[in-house]
Order: sequence, then C-alpha cells, then structure tokens
Amino acid sequence: MPTQQSPNNHQQTNNKKRLKWSNLYTFSCFKPPKNNHLSDFGQPGFTRVVFCNDSSKHKTKPYKYCKNDVTTTKYNVITFLPKSLFEQFRRVANLYFLLVAALSATSLAPFSALSLIAPLVFVVGVSILKEGVEDWHRFLQDLEVNSRKVRVHVGDGKFVDRSWKTLRVGDVVKVNKNEYFPSDLLLLSSSYEDGVCYVETMNLDGETNLKIKRCLECTLRFDDEAKFDVFKAVVRCEDPNSSLYTFVGNLEFGENIANEVSFPLSTSQFLLRDSKLQNTDYVYGVVVFTGGDTKVVRNSMKSPSKRSRVERKMDHVIYVLFFMLLLISLIASIGSVVYTDQWWYLQLMDDTDASFDPGNPLVSGFLQFLRALILYGYLIPISLYVSIEVVKFLQAMLINNDQHLFDETSGKKVEARTSNLNEELGQVEMILSDKTGTLTCNQMEFRKCSIEGISYGGDVNEIVRAASQRMNIDIESYRFNLDGEDSTPRDSVEMVEITSDQVLESKNSVLDGEHDTKSLRDSGIKGFNFRDRRLMNKMWIHGSNVWDMMMFFRVMALCHTGIPVENEEQPGSNKLKYEAESPEEVTFLIAAQEFGFQFCRRTQSSMFVKEIDPSASEVEREYKLLNLLEFSSSRKRMSVIVRDESGQIFLFCKGADNIIFDRLGDGGRTYQHATTMHLANYAEDGLRTMVFAYKKIKDSEYEEWSSSFSKAKAVIGPERDELLENVSENIEKDLVLLGAVAVDDKLQDGVAECIDKLAQAGLKIWLLTGDKKETAVNIGFASSLLRHDMHLFHLSLSRDVESKNQLKAMKDDILNQIEASRQVIINEKTKDDPFALVVDGKALEIALRNDIQDNFLQLAVTCASVICCRVSPKQKALITRLVKKYTGKMTLAIGDGANDVGMIQEADIGIGISGMEGMQAVMASDFSIPQFRFLERLLIVHGHWCYKRISKMILYFVYKNIVFGLTLFYYEMYSRFSGDVLYDGWYMVMFNLFLTSLPVISLGVLEQDVSSDICLQFPALYQQGQKGIFFSWKRIIGWMGNGILTSLVISILNVYVLSPSAFRKGGQVVDIAHLGLTTYTTIVWTVNCQIALIITHFTWIQHIFIWGSIFSWYIFLLFYGALPPEYSKREYKLLIEAVGPAPMYWIVVLLVVVISLLPYFIYMVIQRSFYPMDDHVIQEMKYGRKVVVDDEMWLREEKSSRKPTQIGFSARVDAKILYLKDQLHRKKMFIIKSITNSPIRRSISTNPLENRD
Amino acid sequence: MDQKNKNSKKPVYSKFSQQELPAWKPILTPGWVIASYITIGALFIPIGLLAWTASDSVVEIVDRYDEACVPDDFSKNPQSYIQNPDIKKTCTRSIKVPKKLVAPIFVYYQLENFYQNHRRFVKSKSDKQLRDVKAENDTKFCLPVAYDYDNKPIVPCGLIAWSLFNDTYKISTRGKDISIEKKGIAWKSDAKAKFGSNVYPKNFQKDGLIGGATLDESIPLSEQEDLMVWMRTAALPTFRKLYGKINTDIEAHDTIKVEIQNNYNTYKFGGRKKLVLSTTTWIGGKNDFVGMAYISVGGICLFMAINFILLYVFRPRRLGDPSYLSWNRHPIT
Repeated sequence: MPTQQSPNNHQQTNNKKRLKWSNLYTFSCFKPPKNNHLSDFGQPGFTRVVFCNDSSKHKTKPYKYCKNDVTTTKYNVITFLPKSLFEQFRRVANLYFLLVAALSATSLAPFSALSLIAPLVFVVGVSILKEGVEDWHRFLQDLEVNSRKVRVHVGDGKFVDRSWKTLRVGDVVKVNKNEYFPSDLLLLSSSYEDGVCYVETMNLDGETNLKIKRCLECTLRFDDEAKFDVFKAVVRCEDPNSSLYTFVGNLEFGENIANEVSFPLSTSQFLLRDSKLQNTDYVYGVVVFTGGDTKVVRNSMKSPSKRSRVERKMDHVIYVLFFMLLLISLIASIGSVVYTDQWWYLQLMDDTDASFDPGNPLVSGFLQFLRALILYGYLIPISLYVSIEVVKFLQAMLINNDQHLFDETSGKKVEARTSNLNEELGQVEMILSDKTGTLTCNQMEFRKCSIEGISYGGDVNEIVRAASQRMNIDIESYRFNLDGEDSTPRDSVEMVEITSDQVLESKNSVLDGEHDTKSLRDSGIKGFNFRDRRLMNKMWIHGSNVWDMMMFFRVMALCHTGIPVENEEQPGSNKLKYEAESPEEVTFLIAAQEFGFQFCRRTQSSMFVKEIDPSASEVEREYKLLNLLEFSSSRKRMSVIVRDESGQIFLFCKGADNIIFDRLGDGGRTYQHATTMHLANYAEDGLRTMVFAYKKIKDSEYEEWSSSFSKAKAVIGPERDELLENVSENIEKDLVLLGAVAVDDKLQDGVAECIDKLAQAGLKIWLLTGDKKETAVNIGFASSLLRHDMHLFHLSLSRDVESKNQLKAMKDDILNQIEASRQVIINEKTKDDPFALVVDGKALEIALRNDIQDNFLQLAVTCASVICCRVSPKQKALITRLVKKYTGKMTLAIGDGANDVGMIQEADIGIGISGMEGMQAVMASDFSIPQFRFLERLLIVHGHWCYKRISKMILYFVYKNIVFGLTLFYYEMYSRFSGDVLYDGWYMVMFNLFLTSLPVISLGVLEQDVSSDICLQFPALYQQGQKGIFFSWKRIIGWMGNGILTSLVISILNVYVLSPSAFRKGGQVVDIAHLGLTTYTTIVWTVNCQIALIITHFTWIQHIFIWGSIFSWYIFLLFYGALPPEYSKREYKLLIEAVGPAPMYWIVVLLVVVISLLPYFIYMVIQRSFYPMDDHVIQEMKYGRKVVVDDEMWLREEKSSRKPTQIGFSARVDAKILYLKDQLHRKKMFIIKSITNSPIRRSISTNPLENRD
Repeated sequence: MDQKNKNSKKPVYSKFSQQELPAWKPILTPGWVIASYITIGALFIPIGLLAWTASDSVVEIVDRYDEACVPDDFSKNPQSYIQNPDIKKTCTRSIKVPKKLVAPIFVYYQLENFYQNHRRFVKSKSDKQLRDVKAENDTKFCLPVAYDYDNKPIVPCGLIAWSLFNDTYKISTRGKDISIEKKGIAWKSDAKAKFGSNVYPKNFQKDGLIGGATLDESIPLSEQEDLMVWMRTAALPTFRKLYGKINTDIEAHDTIKVEIQNNYNTYKFGGRKKLVLSTTTWIGGKNDFVGMAYISVGGICLFMAINFILLYVFRPRRLGDPSYLSWNRHPIT
C-alpha cells in the first residue's frame, strides 16, 4: 500500500490546486484564505506509535502528537478585528468605498464626508458583527465539547475525571453508557464478558442503528479499573487520515517483553470520536488519535463563506460600472485641464488652489480625477449593498414566518440561517440529498409478508391505485367530451371499454386503500404497519399448513442478534421492545411478537420464545443456540443453528432472495414461484425484502459440520474468514423456503410528493447516503427516484480487483464499467427508458480521481437519477463540489446529520433538517427545515420570489443610480469639468437615503409575479430562475442603456427648456439652484414612476412608499427652504418663492417624466403584447379574465407546464398508465380479431368496425 | 400541554407575514395600453398648443453688441480697447421693433461663454458676510479677492461680486428717454434675508485689479439689486440676467436707440454680450421648444395608439392565450 503513495499525492496536490480556483471569490483582490486538505483521499502512511497506558512518553518528540482540544473558530480575541476587517476589505467594492470615504474627508470632497463614511461603517459593521456572533457561537460550542469529562487512568489503577482537552495519546479511558468517545480509541474491554460493545455512529454517517465492536481476546481480561495498573502495550498503526471505514494497525502485547506478540487490529476494535456508547455499561479504551488527528475532525471542513450567483454576477456589473466611472472621471479630469483657460474672472494665475492650476496641469488633472471619483461615485452605490442587506434580512424574516413552513408535529419552522442566499433558492438545478433522517424517518415498519406463497398485508400498490384514479379522471373527461360536439364515435367505444374493465377495479382499490390507511393509523405500534385479519389475533392457527407458518414465525423470532429491553413507555404491558444491530431486525422481532412469537430472553447459550401453539395456548420454549453464522455484505444472509426442546436441530436462515433461492433444496421450492412474484411486487413498492428459509439438521450431520467449523474458527490469520465462509456454505444448503417479508423504510411525510413536484420543476435529485447499497436502492424505489423500467447501472469494484488493492487495476475496472454503460446509453438512446446510476463508496473513491472524474460525471449527468451509497462525509462533499464544478449548475445539499456537514457547506446552498436531535447539520447549514417536504415551498415559492425580487431590485438600482450619476456628469460638461455639483449636498444624501430607498425595498421584499398557490401549480415558472433570465446580461445591459437614455433625456430637456429665457411671468431666469431643483425633481419623479412600472403587485405599502417618496421630496423642499438662509443657503425659499409658482416647472416635470419613461413603456407593451413570458400569461389567465381556478384550460395548462420527468411519483404513474393502456389496447385488438374471425362477423358484411383498421 | 409548547413557535398569522396582503395586480391589457397612449396624447397636444401660442405671443429683441461696439481700429485687438481707461466706451445701437412690446418689458443682458457655474467661481463668496455686518472677516472662501492691500476685508468679497457686470444701457425712442426701472429685479428673499440691510460695501474694487462694477458705499447691500442678480450664479455658460424693467409700451416699427457703456471685458475669453428686450407670458419668456416637445410627444403617443389599435385588430393576441406559454411554444420532448 505505501508504494502507491507518491503518485497519488502528486495528483492530489494538482487536484487541490484546480479545486481551489473554483472557490475563488470573483470579487477578491487578494489570495483566498488557505484551504485545508479537502481532498485528502490517499492511503496513509504507517508511522504512528502509541505507548498504551504510558502517555508521558508522548510528551516529547517524535511521539508528541497534537492535543485533544478542537477549535472550529475562525478568529480569536486578538485576530478578530484585523482578520475580519481584512475579510471585509477583500471585496473590491468595499475597498473602493473606503478609498472614497478617505478622500471625502479631504478638501476635495464635493459633499459632506459623513454621507460616505456612515453607510460604509454600517455595511462593514453589520458584516463584522454577524461574523463575530457566528464565531462566538462556535467558540461556545467548542468550549462545551472540550470541557466534557471523561475518566482517565492516572496510574496505580486509579481513574479520575478529566476534561476532554487534557487527553493525550496513550491514555487509558473509561467511557460509560450513553457517553460520547472523546477521541479515537482502541477498544480494550467492555462490560460484556466477550468484550463486545454497541456503538451508535449517528454523528459520523447518519445511521442510528447500533454497530457491534469487539475487542481483541488478549485484552479481554482488562475489564476492571484496578487491572490497568500493570497494563502495557504498544500500538503501531496508520497515520491520521479521514477514512471512516478503515483502520489498519498492530497491537504488540505480552506479559513481558520476551513473549510479546503482535496482533492485527481492524476497525472492529476502533472506536471513533463523536460516536456514542449504547447498551453497554462501560468500555475501556486507549487513546490512539487525538484532536485534529481524529477521523471525524479530519472529515470536517472549515465553513466557507458563500455568496450567491446573483451577487457574484452583480460584482461583474459593478466592474462595468466601475469602468464607466473611471472613464467619465478621466474625461472629466482631462477636460478640466484642457479647458483651464485664462478666464480673468477666475483669477487662476493668482492663487493656490492646486486643482485649477494652469501652470501644473498634471497635478490639477489628478486632483480633478480624484474628485470626479467621489462625485460620480453614485454609479457604484454603497446604498445598493445596504439595501440588499436590508431586503435579504426582510426576505429571510418572511421565510421564517411563513405558516406553511411550520411543522406542527415537531413545533419547528423553516429558518433562514443566513440571508445571503435567498435568491439562490430560486435557481437550484440539482439537489444532493442524504437519505436517513432526510428522506426517511429512520424508522422501519413491517409491512407485508408472503408465507407459503400467499401474500398478506394488502395488495394495494400506490402506483396502481394512482394510475387507476387518474384513468378515472380521464374517463370523466371523455364523458365530458362526449356531451360536446367534438367527440367521435371512436372515443366513445374506447371509453366504454375502459369503464367496463378498469373503473370498477380501480374504484374498489381506491376504497380499499382508504380503508386500509384509516385502520392502520389505529394500530399505533411503532415499527409495525401491518393489518391482515388472516394473521392477526392468532387467526393464522386456522390456516391449512400451520407447521410452516410456525417455522416462518420462528425464523423471525430466532434468527437475529437482537436483545429484548424493558418497555419503558408502557411499563404495564407485556409487550417488549428490542435493540438490534439493524432496524429491520427490530421490526421482525416486533412483528413476531404481534403474531404471537415473543422473543423474551437471551442468555449466553439459549434463546427463549413465548409461542402460540396451534391449540392457541401460550408456551415458553427454550432454544439452545448452537451456532450463529453472521451477516456480512458478501454473504448477504444470516443463519442460526438451534436445538429445540425436543432435541431437534434446526437451521434458520434469512437473506437476500437470490442468495437463498440458490441454496434451496429440491424439496424446498414449493412456494418459490409465488414468492418470487410477491417479491417483485414488494420491491416495486420500494419495500425492503428478505427471504426466510429453514432446514432440519440430523444430529450426525451437525456433529460433523460443527467440528470443522470449530477448526476453522481456531485458525488465526488472513485465511480465517474465507475458511469460515466455506464451512458455513456447507451447512447452509438444501434449505426449505418459507416465504418472504417486506419492511418499509418509512419515508417522511410528503417526501414522494415533494420529489415529484421538484422533478417537475426541472430539478435533478441525487441520493448520497452512507447506507448499504440495498437500502439505498430500496429508498430510491420508495421515493420514486428509481423505477423498475429504468436501466440501472451499477458501478462497483469487482471483488478480485478490490482484494488486490492495486490502484491501476481499480481504475481500469471502473473505467471499463463506465465505458460499458456509456455504450448502452448510446445504443438505447432511441428508447425512452431512463437510466439510473448506482455507485458505491469504494467505486466512487476511484471514480472521483482526477483522470476519471470527467468520464464518471459525464455518465452520471446523463442519468435520470444517481444514487451513491456507502459514501463518507468527505466523499459527499467532494461529489458536491465536483458536480458543482463540472456541470456549473446550482446545487443544493440537504441532510440532517454531522456526516452531511461537508456537503452542506460545499454546495451552493446547504440545508439542514432540524427535526432530528443532532444539530451539526443545522449549524452548518444556510437554511434549516424541519422536514424534507418543506423544500418544495421553500424553493418553488420563496426561492422563485426572492430570485425575481433581488434581480429586479438590483437592475432597478443600477438604473436609478446611472440616471442620477450621469446627470451630474452631463452638467459637468456645461461647467467646463470644474467639478461643480448641480445639486445641493443634501439632495445628494437624500437620494439614496429617503427618496428612492423605500420603494426599492418594497420591491425587493413584497413583489410577487404570481401568488404562492400559482407558483406551486406551475412549477415551470421555477425554470425561469434556473435559466437565470431575470438577471441575464441582456437585461443588465438593457437596464444600463435605459438608465443612460433616461439621464440624457432628463439633462437635455431640462437645460433646453429652462434656459436662457425667463421661466416665470416676472421675467426671472433660472440659476444653478433652480435648474438643480428642477432636474432633481424630474429624477425623483422618473425613477419612482419607473419602479411603479416594474412592480406588478401593489399593496398599500408599495403605494405609500412610491407616491410617498415623491411627496416627501416636496415636504423636504418646503422644510429645507423654510430654514433660515444660514442653513438652507441657495435653497432658501426656493420652492415656494421661485419654482413652485412657475407653471413652467410643472410643465417640465410632466414632459420629462413622460419622455423618459416612454421608451421603457413601449418596450414593455411590445414585450407583453407579442412576446409574453410565462408569468405574464399566467397573470392574465388568473387575473385578466374572469375565470375560475378549476377552469378547464387552467387545469390543462397546469398539467402541461410540468416538466416531463423520469423520476417522481407521477412519472411512474404515467408509465403505469401507458402500460395499462397498452394492455387494454391489446385486449381490444384481441377481441376485434376474434370478432372479425368469427363466423357471425363474416356473415354481416356491413360492420362499422371494418373502416377502422 | 406539550402540543401547546410546540405551537408557541408557530409564526403568527398576519396578512403581511404570510404575504397575502390584498394587492392591486395591474395587467397591461390592450385596453390599458391604448388608453394610456390616448390619454397622454390628449393631454399633451393641448398643453403643447397652449405653450406654443404663449411663446408665440412673446416679443423678444436680441442685439449682440460686443463686436459692433469696438471701434474699427481696435477690431484686431479688442482687449487693448477694453482695458484702456482713457478711451470712451460709449456706443450707440439702434434697433427696430418688429412687434409691439407691451409693458412690462424686461431688459436683460445676455452673456455667452461665461462660466458663472465654474466651481471656483461659484464658491467664491461669503454668504455670512453679505448677510451680517459682524461677519465682515468671514472671507474664508473668497480668496483671492478677500482683502485689500491694507489687509482689510473686502465687502462684498469673492470673485462673483468682484466680477460684477458693469455695462449700462440707456434706451430712448423717438428722441424720448425710456426709463428703466432697476427696482424689483432681484428675488425678494435675497433682499430680505440674504443681503443685509446694514451691510455696506467696503474696500470694494479699491485697489489691484478692477473686476467690474463698483458699488455705492452709501447704499446697503440689500438695495444693491444688480449685485443680487449677478450673485445668483447662472447654471449654464449662456445666460441672461435682468437689467431692469420698462413699464411703458413700445410700439411696433419704432426704432429704439440704446446708448451702451461697453465696459465689461468679454473679449479676453471670447465671450459674447447681447442686449435682450422681452415680454413674458405665463410660461415666461420666448420658449418654442417646450411647446414643440409637448406636441411631438403627444403626436407620437397618438401614433402609437393608432398602431396598437391596428395591431390588435389585425394580429390580436387573446388575453391569457395559453399558446404563448413557453411549454406550448417549444414543446419539450
């Protein structure tokens, strides 16, 4: 293994470099912050030495390893201010504002410095504060974790409580039940005699089922505090790495140095930090990896700061504006130098003002340039940043307060944890979802079983039911058509046939279904969702073959590794609860209990079951446990060999269908055909199936086998597993099939519908799970991500390649598989069968390597769904990043556990499920939602709205500031670029602060193209966001052009109309103040009327803000003019004395407003009349015509607006309908054929049917 | 109880927070489009006509005299003429009156290529000093015209006041002098609040370069209306300023004689000087542009209205026609 090291590393660094660039801030002028080792995938070295129980040896080099305290904070007290300031001024925009603010404090400033400094302080201050608060939370969390207590051996067999952070490598610790492991430990012994312990790894891989860990036999006896007095051993193991599922090492241990033996260590002795000890009173372990070296910490990543695409694009818009600014500043400075003339009335030669020194054109030009930068700074408005912050905050508030996003059962609501990304929600194209806790409730339910070839538990298949329901509606509409004129006789024939065949059946099934679900809710047993009168309440004893029935239930009750626990919730009841390695086993045990086979006790050698006899009486029977052949991913089956009270030996076996079917004896295949059919049905429903079989073993046969089994067990070495497997194979044959069971990995409420809607809106959904492949595929079916008519590609390493562990071979293997799949796709392109890809973790690790990843991603992207199983948290993050980079599409990652943190942080938007206990995912997420189903409304309603709002708002903002900024520039041309300002300083401040800010905020917060229910009815509207049409360069340029045009109209008209002749009857002419006021008035009117043209949704708030803004301008003028001239200067009584009474003023305002809005209005009219967009037409359909919502056209369009998809529930229903119709057609053809061939037909020559074919 | 606790976090219902406020959702229907075009047209054309007729009734006489008033021997070097104090600057112009001028007739001087809006110029004054006798020394922004050679503050200080226009006009017709009323040409607010009634000119145009007109030191600033008019800096390089008012009518076809004291130096920077006599109406002086603009915008809008009516007649789009929906236009396969 170490030989592969070097080339890998090289690739990784390459990879890292490439990936780093993708992370760059587009708007940064400095290097991005140091990225930590994100793609640390290679095999580690093998240099770590741990002196067990002798941590003092680890105080000095080379054995000094890192401490156990973990910090996730970005800053500390000293670095906070400089570092966060640095972060802030990495944005060029902020840097520019800083420069301008600094300049404005000098004498160059055309207006007051405060009006520039205050907003900058606000923007930067808010951001820093936000950073600070977030970091403080992280600090508190770290503090809590680091100061947790654990019992540590301090010598002489004494243990004391110490905080986690003081822990050192080599320490022996004792961890009690329900405590977390403080670091990566090597298990030495446990409270159980055989040294096993149960561990929950929820925080690592999201799985809540218990995993069994087992210590080495040689350390088994150190199970008491006092015994550690003398314990000494040395561990040599791999270097710290991030792979959660591997651990390689040796334990050198002996009574003394002379007889020291080296024992191989594996993952089953390895306890990971942040996993939890359960069902075990205590364990002893020795610390192997601490702090930053632990696997879980190595899997965590620093949270990157995310910026939305719209905002990043806005940066480019800012660049354009900045370029414009530089250009006009340059023009202005050159102009001022060129035109600095010998005007005697300016006395230029006389004086000290450097900015107009004709003797020193370079200096004065430069000073004018700086001045222009400040003056035209309105082109790059800092207020835009302030307004966006405010708007996004308010948007987030509206999201948080949406009642439809509140989960009644958990009492939690959707929360926007960062408001930066609201509009990103409207552009998502790809969802990467975790499984457990996200799609599923992590709750298994016993649903159906097939015993002796008879299926129990109802036959209603959701898909069939929905299909028949839909066909029913179709039939209704046929009937509807029949009343009208346009239906042909042919339709009616078809209709009649469908009704005769299908309707009755479907109606029945619908009724059944409703009945079923209603009664099921009543049962209320957790993990048991089964109702069939034939089996419940001991009714099965009246069945025909009771013996096989009983054997079936015995397999259920005996073939497992679970243990019964007291039912604490209902202490009085005699029902037990169970703990087991997998949640399925628990459901089997619960089901067995419900059927009357209660597994009640387990000792080292026996199992006790309370059984129902055929006589309906209850007896407790003891089964001696002879052997237990464990489940493994390669065996895919598990067996127990027991001896019952009568001394007969049985082997009970459960396992995957194909495995069991291969091992059936000739006499055991009675039910195989029926069972296979049932299995197919169950699987289509997305149920996880398992087949039960048994075998009676003769004593002699057992004896013989038992001895060879013990022999194999005694072998020490790598061949042991293989030997054991072979021996097991010998007894697990000639089985008798009993039947099958189906359990449901229960989906969360509304998940299927939500996936359906999201798929219709054009989103792709990938499933990334740490779970087994089988489970993942099952959920794929249950959630309609997979269909049975799909072409499924499996990507996994073949076994022999895997065992060789040669990188080259693995790569070739994967490449071949990818190539083969691609060939299939090319060949079958013409068929509509969709493709799906299932990848497992190890294959993924290879497939994501630099040289293959493009091939892999290309394949993955062409598939309708992709399911990745057994992926580590880091791989999840890596996939997310690669998908993001490769496709360039907006990705959303959703998950609930600590294992999803990486991908949540890596995706464009990370969503955490807040319903579960763990908070890590939520802490790392941008949005937290209580249930998966809320994603629909969050994206399709709020995302769509926010995207449109922000886009419109930014465009309008750019427009309005171009209008304002450029009028300043044009005026400069009239004043020889001397830098004079047409407007009063207060007008300048007022513009973005009061006169135009509130309307634009109301646009950003309240605008709705269509109401929320219509958003949901027409998911196609969401695609407007995916295509990014509201913030495309076309639009941006268009709005800039509109701004330039408007500014020209405003400037030119004002100048030409108002001068040089008198503008009042009293003969007075305009001066600077009059022209400034009039021009400014027309700007205020124009930009506010312009926003009224953009807004399509006027509540009273918009009305007040827009018209109030214009009104407040006059109020301001009155107030300002009424101040004594010390304060109002040239604006003194300007409105009431000079401008207001002049009809010319009002005439100019009306003229300018109409002319400047006319181009946009004409554009708008043409677009809406002849090239309407979807939202326009839908608005018209909804509000323009007097139609009711269930109008036929409305429904039709609603349906056809859905994007045709290959995944999702309705897609499956569609497929089913097609299938049913096909069947029907065949049936019809068959009937027609039989009619045409019949003698009667021949005798009637004038049959109307003849024309048809 | 537990349920209650859970629901305590439930967002409170309000029409605002649920984004369900009643809203006006205007849709741009053909009716709206045509109606708005017609409205604009119907509004603008009458206004335009009104403005046009008003402007048409204004009589305006403009006479450029800067070149004509330079004696021929100085025409090559008008500066030496204007700067020479020994040469008499009087110049007589006779102007024909094309139409009857009805009182009040406003007399303006028009300067061209004169940058009163230059930043250096605009700033060069002291509002405080003009208003308040105690603020005599407030000459911070007045440099370089702040102090005289004895280091005493100049009142009024600054470039604007210093460059006060100093051409004068005397008008007569049929041999009879027509008096030009110089009172009431400044804004009332200026006289009342911005120029102090107890502030008298001091050290003004006393030594150094003489910029323009001198001021009578016995008259307070609040009565120096020429100064007030001049100090309202013009917005553009071509500007008129009120010189005075004539309160008698001048008949058509009369010839008026104007005796000009041509003192003001516009020759150095290529500026032009014009004398303007004009009557006013409700829109002010002569202003054909605004009327024309109104009429053309109104015309364009009517034209658009007709176009749209025709378009909707010949190529109608039914409102809410689903065939315009993107999925119906480009059927996705």
